Amino acid sequence: MDRNPIFSLRGVEYTYPGASSPALRGLDLEISEGEWVALVGANGSGKSTMAKICNALLIPTQGHCFVMGCDTRDEALVPAIRRSVALVFQNPDDQIVASIVEEDVAFGPENLGLPSPEIRRRVDRSLELAGLTALRRSGSFSLSGGQKQRLALAGALALEPAALLLDESASMLDPEGRLSFLSCLGSLKRSGMTIVQITHRMEEAIQSDRVVVIDSGRAVWDGSPGDFFDGEYEKWSFEEPPGIALYRELLARGLLPGGTLPDADSMLDALCL
Amino acid sequence: MSVVIEHLSYTYNSGTPAMAVALKDVSVSVERGEWVSIVGHTGSGKSTLAQHMNALLIPQFGRAVIDGVEVKAKLKGLRELRRKVGLVFQYPEQQFFAETAREEIAFAPSNWGVSGGELDKCVMDAVISVGLKPELLDSNPFSLSGGQQRRVALASVIAAKPDYLVLDEPTAGLDATGIRELIQLLSKLKKDGLAVVQVTHDLQSALDHSDSLLVMENGVGVTLGRPEEVAEYLLKKPVQGLVIPPLVQFCAGLRERGIKLPLTSGMDVILKKIEERTGLSGAFERRNGTGGVLGGELNRCSF
Amino acid sequence: MQFLSGISLGQFIPGESLLHRLDPRCKITATFILLSGLFMASKIPDFAFWGIFLLSLSAMSGIPLGIILRSARPVLFLVAFTAALNAFWTPGREVFRAGFLSVTIEGLVMAFEMGMRLVFLVMFASMLMMTTSPMAFSDGLERLLSPLAKVGFPASEMAVMMTIALRFIPTLFEETDRILKAQISRGADFESGGLLKRARSFIPVLIPLFILVFQRAENLAVAMESRCYVPGMPRTRLNPLVWTKNDTGAILGLLAFISAVILFDRFALKSFIIL
Repeated sequence: MDRNPIFSLRGVEYTYPGASSPALRGLDLEISEGEWVALVGANGSGKSTMAKICNALLIPTQGHCFVMGCDTRDEALVPAIRRSVALVFQNPDDQIVASIVEEDVAFGPENLGLPSPEIRRRVDRSLELAGLTALRRSGSFSLSGGQKQRLALAGALALEPAALLLDESASMLDPEGRLSFLSCLGSLKRSGMTIVQITHRMEEAIQSDRVVVIDSGRAVWDGSPGDFFDGEYEKWSFEEPPGIALYRELLARGLLPGGTLPDADSMLDALCL
Repeated sequence: MSVVIEHLSYTYNSGTPAMAVALKDVSVSVERGEWVSIVGHTGSGKSTLAQHMNALLIPQFGRAVIDGVEVKAKLKGLRELRRKVGLVFQYPEQQFFAETAREEIAFAPSNWGVSGGELDKCVMDAVISVGLKPELLDSNPFSLSGGQQRRVALASVIAAKPDYLVLDEPTAGLDATGIRELIQLLSKLKKDGLAVVQVTHDLQSALDHSDSLLVMENGVGVTLGRPEEVAEYLLKKPVQGLVIPPLVQFCAGLRERGIKLPLTSGMDVILKKIEERTGLSGAFERRNGTGGVLGGELNRCSF
Repeated sequence: MQFLSGISLGQFIPGESLLHRLDPRCKITATFILLSGLFMASKIPDFAFWGIFLLSLSAMSGIPLGIILRSARPVLFLVAFTAALNAFWTPGREVFRAGFLSVTIEGLVMAFEMGMRLVFLVMFASMLMMTTSPMAFSDGLERLLSPLAKVGFPASEMAVMMTIALRFIPTLFEETDRILKAQISRGADFESGGLLKRARSFIPVLIPLFILVFQRAENLAVAMESRCYVPGMPRTRLNPLVWTKNDTGAILGLLAFISAVILFDRFALKSFIIL
């Protein structure tokens, strides 16, 4: 792929102050513009640390992290880096600053010192992308879980970033909330947004273009979701989603033609019944 | 012996702007040695219902009966009832306060007056039953890994030797390995005669492991029954916040195409039924597992 | 059993009423004027005026009177305490005697006035918080304090801190409630035993609460930092504060009303000697 690199991590090591062992031990990773990458790994593998490194919230103890060519070590570049990479965290309740939906979305642009009409434009656009326009005057804390997380997403989008970093952002949502959040990501991806999604839910990895496995602070595997579920997932003790397991079995037994989409309806139609 | 909830209704903060109806006429019951799952969207009232099962909340309307004793505000033995029904909150490790795992686990039994050698035995029994290494007992609970912390939290409830175990989203925040181990642990506890009530929004897991399910939507119990019955119901009538699991969807599709099978069939049954219909040798080229069955064909998948 | 139920403690209630739409600077200033007025005129008959004023505030804001009244609940203990103190220790004509304690008419009047003053103070302050979003409130405060910024007072940081503190109040209550319930489920007993034992029984609540609140505050700090918040950097606003004719009108109207009440208190009441 010869698209512009958004993130380049070169031999990144990171040890938390006071910790005895490093959280990242020589992480190498390149992510390009427009990619949707799922970063998967067990709890404690260093995924979340990586997200903070990519947003210059943490600075590598060894090695370098470049965001659109800017080294996160250079303090003068940090504001530019934060503006081009927006983070959405796990718990929406810990990200919401203001008690009115549109006031919260405005928080980022307000920090950038933008004029009011520009803030207004960004708030309107972000609310629409997140599907929250109708709720703009509602109280932030009276929203449902899925809506709150889309609010956090809107707050991130209002920075008009080049890339989105999602740290387990769908993990606290119920299935419907998760679907609404993921379909939101799908349409952002189609509009050219680079998405880095940290997750341990395999269902979310399937939607991506590329899966990277993080283990003990290193990137240990990198490839397509298809290849990932073709044998890699077991090595890192992940669970295969039941739908994919069925799809694999049907293909392996010659019950399904190659090229069938792995969703229930396409599979049922392709079966020779 | 059982925990029975009958026609239960509950409203938070009535008469204030924060008023919220949490439960409307909900009934459910659980017996020892049984696994009941309560599924529903966030805010459907699952947690409020769970808190009625150990007399933490007192019914405003309807009844909650624990081993034949009806829960009432003025009841003398409320604390004893709470001992019978252990309640594990969501993210239970957030309630740690002690300096060692041992002290944390001993908290519940000592509150109910257990002491000395008997207390030590309660702690050891709990540690063994959750599969925690006894040498971890003297470590600081905050220094343990996420999965170990969850076990300590579970042990700290089990140590009081409850007959019923109610768990609010017990797998939240765990990774694949952690979830698998926790489900195995709950199955074992159930086999040992404990009642397991699991509040969850993972419908697939609930269908796989429970004896019966209660589906909640906006404070109402919309259906209660065996996994098969609940799957049938959900297929006919969608419920807010829940998504039909892919295997159930697939089974329903097979049925429409004339193959009779239960909606909650496992993969083995599904494959056997298809092969019975199409003949053992598939119509298409078999793909070998080692050469990559899926290849690059997984994109745009809706599972 | 529900713990910490029905907290209204002056939490913001979103709305579009006239009172909601007033400039926060106007509302903060008006509250100060109102409270000064309350202290200058708090004889028993004066409370008729304050009561009517409270009713009209309720009507203008669309917030039911019951909720406003309930906002005074957290201070009722304090009210009872000061009232009792006043009732027993004010010298004057005795109406009732119990042992060494004597209740006088002057004491009862004083107790009523002090108690009512406190209750109205809390209700007026709650009205401000219930009709002003924390963001708008801290904006208003920041602008009012901005003259102090010239001498190095961190008005902007204080405003953000204020927003966060206000925003954390509901979280704090939710978490306390959850931890209390969890420890009760593990057999904790907060209701029996002596004072010392009871105080000690709260350790398993306080430790997890502190840990959790610090953790969540840190999470929020990280989230704010990642949204480009830099303490002390100038910020702009989605809705810059605009002082309108309504705001000027509200202040003038309030001043007129307060003056009238004070005049009534000083002159009309002089000839109307109670008891």
